[in-house]
Amino acid sequence: MKKKTLALTMAMALVLSLAACGNSNADVAAESTAAATTEAATTEAATTEAAATEASTEAAEAVADEKSEGVMTYEEYMAADLDSEVVIEAYVQAKQSWWEDKATLYTQDQDGAYFIYNSVCSEEDYAKLVPGTKIKVTGYKTEWSGEVEIAEGATFEIEEGSYIAPVTDVTDLLGTDDLINYQNQFVAFKGMTVEASQDATGNDVAFLYNYDGSGEDGNDLYFNVSLNGQTYTFTVESYLCDNTTDVYNAVKNLKIGDTIDMEGFLYWYEGVNPHITSVTVK
Amino acid sequence: MSRFSKKLALLCAVGTLSLSLTGCHGSKGLPEFTVPEEFDTSRNYEITFWAKNDTNKTQTEIYKKAIADFEALYPNITVNLNLYTDYGKIYNDVITNISTNTTPNVCITYPDHIATYLTGQNTVVPLDDLFADEKYGLGGTDLAYDGPAREEVIPQFLNECSIDGHYYAVPYMRSTEACYVNKTYVENLGYTLPDVLTWDFIWEVSEAATAQNADGTYVVNGQNVLIPFIYKSTDNMMIQMLKQKNAGYSTADGSIELFNDTTTDLLYGIAGHVKSGAFSTFKISGYPANFLNAGQCIFAIDSTAGATWMGTDAPLSDISEDSLVQFETAVRMIPQFDPEHPEMISQGPSVCVFNKSDSQEVLASWLFAQYLLTNDVQIAYSETEGYVPVTSKAQNSAEYQDYLSECGADNSTHYAVKIEASKLLLDNVDNTFVTPVFNGSASLRDASGQLIENVVKSTRRKETVDDTYIQKLYSDVESLYRLGQGSDASFGKKELGAMPRASVILLSTLAVTWVLILLYVGREYLKNRKK
Repeated sequence: MKKKTLALTMAMALVLSLAACGNSNADVAAESTAAATTEAATTEAATTEAAATEASTEAAEAVADEKSEGVMTYEEYMAADLDSEVVIEAYVQAKQSWWEDKATLYTQDQDGAYFIYNSVCSEEDYAKLVPGTKIKVTGYKTEWSGEVEIAEGATFEIEEGSYIAPVTDVTDLLGTDDLINYQNQFVAFKGMTVEASQDATGNDVAFLYNYDGSGEDGNDLYFNVSLNGQTYTFTVESYLCDNTTDVYNAVKNLKIGDTIDMEGFLYWYEGVNPHITSVTVK
Repeated sequence: MSRFSKKLALLCAVGTLSLSLTGCHGSKGLPEFTVPEEFDTSRNYEITFWAKNDTNKTQTEIYKKAIADFEALYPNITVNLNLYTDYGKIYNDVITNISTNTTPNVCITYPDHIATYLTGQNTVVPLDDLFADEKYGLGGTDLAYDGPAREEVIPQFLNECSIDGHYYAVPYMRSTEACYVNKTYVENLGYTLPDVLTWDFIWEVSEAATAQNADGTYVVNGQNVLIPFIYKSTDNMMIQMLKQKNAGYSTADGSIELFNDTTTDLLYGIAGHVKSGAFSTFKISGYPANFLNAGQCIFAIDSTAGATWMGTDAPLSDISEDSLVQFETAVRMIPQFDPEHPEMISQGPSVCVFNKSDSQEVLASWLFAQYLLTNDVQIAYSETEGYVPVTSKAQNSAEYQDYLSECGADNSTHYAVKIEASKLLLDNVDNTFVTPVFNGSASLRDASGQLIENVVKSTRRKETVDDTYIQKLYSDVESLYRLGQGSDASFGKKELGAMPRASVILLSTLAVTWVLILLYVGREYLKNRKK
């Protein structure tokens, strides 16, 4: 009996040892940017897709969206000068990444969208930012290669309220000057045709890892789609939707000539560069 | 180009400095490597190579071809390629893997990073003995390929790989920074572009370019957007300005000298040019190449390894065709304070070999690392960007000389801006410098750029940049990057604080267990004695 007790104690010690190792690894991960980056990059697809799904069912719900005192309306935000301080209230639609206490977020209210780049955010707060969460953000408006955003270092506080923005079909706006008015919003493109891209060896393929095919599984995916004779390049941003997500794998399975519907966020980089979060082959 | 990975990489390098290698659980030092007398070809080896490409598919193909060619020469060695698009991520991943002894065998890296890797015990193989080995060393007799002799590796580049009197890497490619100039606009503004740019000239032309029409468009380009001068790497900007001014940055042993009066004067000057709209940075505004090619920038400073993105006819571009503006692109060395004695940074990837318990595996790794110095690899890779080969054997080869002589023959392999950028470094090797390498030097480099970034950002936000601001900036940056606490303040000497609860429980449980074991053994011993 006592031998059993001793054996049990030793076994428990072993289990505790392993548990402690696990914790210490977690500590290291928390300190290590590499680990944090990896983990952050793997987290967001589910929330993004959840947002999309919920959007289709709950979007119609009207939500009172009165701004608190001192908070800008979307119109005021858009009118604000670059490099000026802005205070906005918006609802998280998707989380792109978290690392080193910095979070990058797609947010939206009923009037428009706000891209929040590397805002100050603890890991604990980041976990609270489920789709729909209302936040009040204080920071500086800036523009980086055409993308209007709230610059790195913004702070936010979580507020009461929830809203999932409806998806807006902007297919007909592709190639028009009006498209930029939907920058960063959750949008849809319908009935587009997958066009060939050229891979590193010059072969026609339906998608590329990195913009020129220099990457590998896990990197951003780039693919060409056309409508009415015009071709556009869309992206699966790997920090937003990594290679475990449905959209990443759906794009990997695309074939040249497929007709597809897509949803995603209307990111901008030297022109429109949508970050796609779902693809449906018709 | 993805903004996120690139911006992330810059900051990853900062974040990782919080790692304490000496605190890694289970990190067991490897035995010191000694060169085997013979390479055992009866065994098979599988080695990993972590490489970096500039998001350039040609570079990827060159790595793959190099591996295939090497494997054909050494059928018993398999090389697994793992590609990265930035150095910071490699650095992070190596540090993460040191603690578990799962480092790659061969890795593209920077000497600054190796200095950190060296805080692990026998982590990186010192290459001195391997260099000198008669059979397998540089130009060794038993190599299956025609590698360079030691004296054929450009001495300045090789010396950059020496840390504390030992070589821990071989140079792989070298580049410097260049100023890519919209010569058309410079001349339209009434200036003549000198052969050697000075900082005064750049600031003067940039200020002149900020003149606007009544409708808000800029006179020089007729557009709503113009940032006359954009610098990609602000850490390089500060480092080179200080070097040219003969001002302090750091000592060889890691004493920090960055926060000095010259730095302050430079920051005030930069703030003034930001205020007038003459200057911005990549981090604040975007890639210099995109602005240059759209006619929205006159002086774009970036690596010579970014030359294929620069100019109207650049083979690579991120902007749409209809945004491209026609202009004459000139390539110049970075601006100088003393044009008679130009100074510019030497940069570019090196290759290190990680230690393993199997010395034969390390030798196999070295054979591959050395293969990267052969002419085939050196010339092919250097032609992908404004790099230069690191061996005189490659530089002087007929093939490479032909390549240089065909400058401008086409807008792809022989793209003029790219080859002129390479020539810039080839002609100025004696004018290059590197900053001292020590544990923490990577952090200091980041801090130097952060000073400029903060001043630019604050000025644009109409904050007051005065003595009070500068003193707070120094204090904040010093604290953020853990400077001024000794060269290895970030690595193993920091206060670790109270022991985690889980560790306390673990140690307590182990102690209790050992007590019980001893009690049991003692009791059995006494029982046996009684019998």
